[in-house]
Amino acid sequence: MSDILDIHNVNKTFGGLRALSDIHLQIEEGTIHAIIGPNGAGKSTLLNCCIGRLVPDTGTVTFNGQSMIGLQPWDINHAGMVRVFQTPEIFPDLPLLQNVMIPALAKRDGTFCFNPLRSLAGEKTIYKEAMTALADVGLDQLCNQHAGSISRGDKRRLELAMGLIQHPKLLLLDEPTAGMSRHDTNRTIELLQKIKERGMTKVIIEHDMHVVFSLADQISVLAQGQIIETGTPEEIKNSAKVKEAYLGEADNA
Amino acid sequence: MQTIITSSRTRDTIILALFALIVLTAPLWGQLIGAGYPDLLQKFAIFGLFAIGYNIMFGLTGYLSFGHAAFLGVGSYTAVWSFKLLSMNAIPAVLFAILLSGLFAAAIGFLSLRRTGIYFSILTLAFAQMSYNLAYSVLTPITNGETGLRVLRDDPRVIDTALGIQVGSSPLSDFFGLTLTGYPGFYFCAVMLILGFWFSLKIFRSPYGMKLLAIKSNQVRMEYTGFNTRPYLLSAFVISGMYAGLAGSLMAITDPLAGAERMQWTASGEVVLMTILGGLGTLFGPILGATTIKYFENIFSAFNEQVLHQAFDFLPQVLTDLMVAITSPFVGEGWHLTLGVLFMIIIIFIPGGLIEGIERFRRLFRRRHQPPGENPPGSRSHSSRGPAT
Repeated sequence: MSDILDIHNVNKTFGGLRALSDIHLQIEEGTIHAIIGPNGAGKSTLLNCCIGRLVPDTGTVTFNGQSMIGLQPWDINHAGMVRVFQTPEIFPDLPLLQNVMIPALAKRDGTFCFNPLRSLAGEKTIYKEAMTALADVGLDQLCNQHAGSISRGDKRRLELAMGLIQHPKLLLLDEPTAGMSRHDTNRTIELLQKIKERGMTKVIIEHDMHVVFSLADQISVLAQGQIIETGTPEEIKNSAKVKEAYLGEADNA
Repeated sequence: MQTIITSSRTRDTIILALFALIVLTAPLWGQLIGAGYPDLLQKFAIFGLFAIGYNIMFGLTGYLSFGHAAFLGVGSYTAVWSFKLLSMNAIPAVLFAILLSGLFAAAIGFLSLRRTGIYFSILTLAFAQMSYNLAYSVLTPITNGETGLRVLRDDPRVIDTALGIQVGSSPLSDFFGLTLTGYPGFYFCAVMLILGFWFSLKIFRSPYGMKLLAIKSNQVRMEYTGFNTRPYLLSAFVISGMYAGLAGSLMAITDPLAGAERMQWTASGEVVLMTILGGLGTLFGPILGATTIKYFENIFSAFNEQVLHQAFDFLPQVLTDLMVAITSPFVGEGWHLTLGVLFMIIIIFIPGGLIEGIERFRRLFRRRHQPPGENPPGSRSHSSRGPAT
């Protein structure tokens, strides 16, 4: 299998702080790749550089053979890279169903489509797709609720459904289970495993080692803006460097 | 809880039919509230259209434009020029007004939509004030400055001349021979209002309308979802500008002259008030707000001290004088004070506008007719948000 995402020599500084230094990372197609690391290691910055929210100072981000640097967020979305945010980014004033229909429409209509005379009630395919996506994350009962009124855990699952309905080639998940109960976490793991069979590549940023070790094929450890180790879960568990980074942290704390 | 998706086409047809019925029978019910004459009813329809269009921008996308009066002015001038150069027929006037105000809105929108929030509002205000000042200064050959643009007897009127149609000394607009003054004028506006309402209903029920609401809800998320939001905002801005142009042309059709005062910022502010007073982002709110404001303007501005003295006549002389002294600043020229008070009361107590007020009243009524405890949970939440009818 080939690499779907190739991050090459990425550097990013904020003022004097070096958030990312010389990041090289290849994500293989069809795998689940976890990025772990202590707080402030640069995990979210790395994701932001991938989806165009931040522009790296140096280096390239190549997705599916196409450079992502300088592209607009909607172009990156249509290239097939979709991100699920750490704090739920949803449409709080719209019902859940419409929250999911909108990304489905993005997939069908492209970046802009002027169709004021078309009836939303006639969008049967989109409606069915959206209901299936909501059922996948267990939110179909709430489809007419306003998204702003549901619990935080439900919002995260809603956002996951919004990402999944677009069938992206690569899904970037920023701590998908943070703030979820153990039960919900296990359901999310099950869901992500189910989608793995559909051949969707995923990059997961996660604190919860239970989630990481039950899902990931490959793990990269990020500390102080550098990747200190990449390997299979077994290799990471036994890596001296990783132990040192984490234990060193523990000593300081 | 009602969402866009559950509202069927049958239901929309009923809504549209009811709306048409109410508008077309306005001369009848207008008499009951003392508004049964064409001049005022025309105003209801024209400002209703203006507000319906404005609501498509402000209500759906949440972008507050302070410059829509400029499009109203462009519509009026275009209509009068169409009367002067082409024909006294209203149809070319309406078409050209919509077209030109659309182009004008595209230009202003293209520049203003580079910014969001308050900066967008300030930019639109600046452009509108520029247009207003230009109309008085540099553009005097087109706008005829302070005098206002009038239709004259010896204007070329190419089409009318070619067809051999004669006009009187003070030409009036017509619709294929039917002079558009009095009730024919009102019905012409009424038909335009129904068409305008139909298009607004279609937008509210379309995927396009849902996307506009989503931009209002979370624009950044829309961009990461794969939508370029700028063309959506620009198209909504152009549509609402076209509505304003249509309203402006109808002003010129019912009274063939155009003046720059229509473009002043107070006119832009008025349409904001109408939309919020009626119910921002709702289907009926804007027209309800426009009608309410124009109705009260008509009533309160007609009052003078004499009328007030008569009204308080039943009180002892001292009290009558006192009451007249208190109330007289609120009527006649000062009716804007009444509008201000009305606006404050509504925004403080029912922020969702008149539509929310009606909705609350209906719920209160329904609850009384229901045994306690059967009130479905969640029926009170969020009813003021989203596309209610």
